[in-house]
Amino acid sequence: MNRAVPVEQAKAGPGSGPDEIVLEIENLKTHFFTAAGVVRAVDGVSYAVRSGETLGVVGESGCGKSVTALSVLRLVASPPGRIVDGAIRFAGTNLLDLTESEMEAIRGNDISMIFQEPMTSLNPLMTVGRQISEAIVLHQGLARRAAFDQAVEMLRRVHIPEPERRVHAYPHQLSGGMRQRVMIAMALSCGPRVLIADEPTTALDVTIQAQILDLMRELQQRLSTAIILITHDLGVVAENADRVVVMYAGRKVEEATAKDLFESPGHPYTMGLLGSIPNLEVAAHTESRGVRLTEIKGMVPSLANLPKGCTFAPRCGFATDECRADYPPLLQHRRGHWVACWHADRLLGGSS
Amino acid sequence: MSAQSSDQVGGNGPAPLLEVQGLKKHFPLHQGIFSRGSGQVYAVDGVSFRIERGETLGLVGESGCGKSTVGRTLLKLLDPTEGKIIVRGADITDLDAAQMLPYRRQMQMIYQDPYASLNPRMPAGEIVGEPLTIHRIAAPKERRERVAHLFERVGLRQELMDSYPHEFSGGQRQRIGIARALALSPELIVSDEPVSALDVSIQAQIINLLMDLQEELKLSYLFVAHDLAVVEHISDRVAVMYLGRIVETTDKTSLFETPLHPYTEALLSAVPIPKYGARDRKRVILTGDVPSPIKPPPGCHFHTRCPYAFARCRHEVPALRQALPGHWVSCHLHDGGVRLPLAKPAGA
Repeated sequence: MNRAVPVEQAKAGPGSGPDEIVLEIENLKTHFFTAAGVVRAVDGVSYAVRSGETLGVVGESGCGKSVTALSVLRLVASPPGRIVDGAIRFAGTNLLDLTESEMEAIRGNDISMIFQEPMTSLNPLMTVGRQISEAIVLHQGLARRAAFDQAVEMLRRVHIPEPERRVHAYPHQLSGGMRQRVMIAMALSCGPRVLIADEPTTALDVTIQAQILDLMRELQQRLSTAIILITHDLGVVAENADRVVVMYAGRKVEEATAKDLFESPGHPYTMGLLGSIPNLEVAAHTESRGVRLTEIKGMVPSLANLPKGCTFAPRCGFATDECRADYPPLLQHRRGHWVACWHADRLLGGSS
Repeated sequence: MSAQSSDQVGGNGPAPLLEVQGLKKHFPLHQGIFSRGSGQVYAVDGVSFRIERGETLGLVGESGCGKSTVGRTLLKLLDPTEGKIIVRGADITDLDAAQMLPYRRQMQMIYQDPYASLNPRMPAGEIVGEPLTIHRIAAPKERRERVAHLFERVGLRQELMDSYPHEFSGGQRQRIGIARALALSPELIVSDEPVSALDVSIQAQIINLLMDLQEELKLSYLFVAHDLAVVEHISDRVAVMYLGRIVETTDKTSLFETPLHPYTEALLSAVPIPKYGARDRKRVILTGDVPSPIKPPPGCHFHTRCPYAFARCRHEVPALRQALPGHWVSCHLHDGGVRLPLAKPAGA
């Protein structure tokens, strides 16, 4: 399977050793100022990712997982959005202190991003070769010809058949899976230290999803890129992430290693999510009308009008008066396992 | 021509609720304004199955495999190109719109996108009651009572009858769609990806509702979806489609335990399992993309991506045969006896 191609290393620099923190988000608050009021899309989120590691960020629509990622690259549309507080530290620098042109040197170079729908993120009027080489010319200072050869090489590396021919193709001439490979080729063309993948396989069929996730793992192993994998799919997280952050209504409610999170979740929302998805193995072996899925009653609250206390309390089976009065602090209940729930100790202790 | 060799696929006994035989739906392709058709999209290319009363058949496959077209064609929302649709022993394939009316009452549909499938200018109560009007069932006053009852049954408050679709969340809209489908007390409901547009926590609510309703009303479902875990959860039997054809069909446990078709095997191993440690299981990762249904490959449609394909697969269409009791598969590997684990035949 492995083709013998020369691989350039990911950039070296402070924090480039294995297991070193490359990117750290601290108490990030990104709010949207709309006619309907202030939408607290991200409201005090912190997480960090180490080189060579995959951090899964999960949550449902509107939980703030994508806005957090866009904030890292300072791509939140302003107005109405604004980062009102926090720090985003990349290799020792707070990205929020940089000028726009300094930021441009980082985007697509040190930190790059792939999106859910490759069709809307690729330029339909440019061949994929031009699009990939554009980034290489810009960030690596290569001549156009050399950059184009590099683009062919990148397409080969993401296992696109006949890269010499496909490099001249326009996005519409490629299938969804191929387009996502082009996106990955583009994102990795400058050997970024951090790759943010926002629902990278959600628009793809499951057999193609498996190919793309496999490819991301393979490239990560070669380049020891830190990956932030944003998804709503707990299966994708279980099979790809080393650590997981669970978000609900703009905040981080739980963080743990993938093993701890799936084997002993500490937040009622995480438990609810895990119970609400059918498990292929279990489903195949139970009478069809035998098991009900766990429902999380009600729906996600409006971010412009959050309930007092814990934002999950109105939907939570464990909620008490304490929960309805005050938002619980995010505490470390076990080594590396953080939960924001007044009842976490009880839930973790008696996890059954 | 038909790839399906049997008229008994997936069941036995007299006159099931629904039987589909050798169903085909081809769409002509047009290029330019004046030219004649320049080809066909072989969306559904010879599909047979039956659904018994109270049973759920899951129809699973990736985008473009024809699963939604099967659902629409058997409700005659699309005219079949070939094949038969038989409801309780009566052939409805060639009935006109007026003759179809009584059958429409028995067969209803739930759509994927609860945003696009509800008329935005109609209050929810009218949307749900519209089928009663069309079929001239119940006087206006009684109609409102029936709609109120339907609202309650799908877990919506009756006060919401006068609200418009945009005032509802995605999950609530799907409940409206379900209430509307139930209005005529149908026996069969075709649900086309009913939960794939919903967030996971809401998805569970809708799946539970569909299963409760089935229990209560003895409904039969054709459950069309791409998510194998959801399909396995809700179905009794599952049919796997690839490029317009059913490649395998059996009860859900056998499908999971002993997949006989290489495509089913790959599909099962590609589904991510939300359990730590699942990442270490052995996987079959397919190469390449699904070929175009305009020019499906000759022979077995799957041979271009099949890790076990041999010469015969490239020119001969495998028939859907019963390889194990109640377990149907169309694959040359099992010709002359089930061969497990799946492997390329020696000498091929």
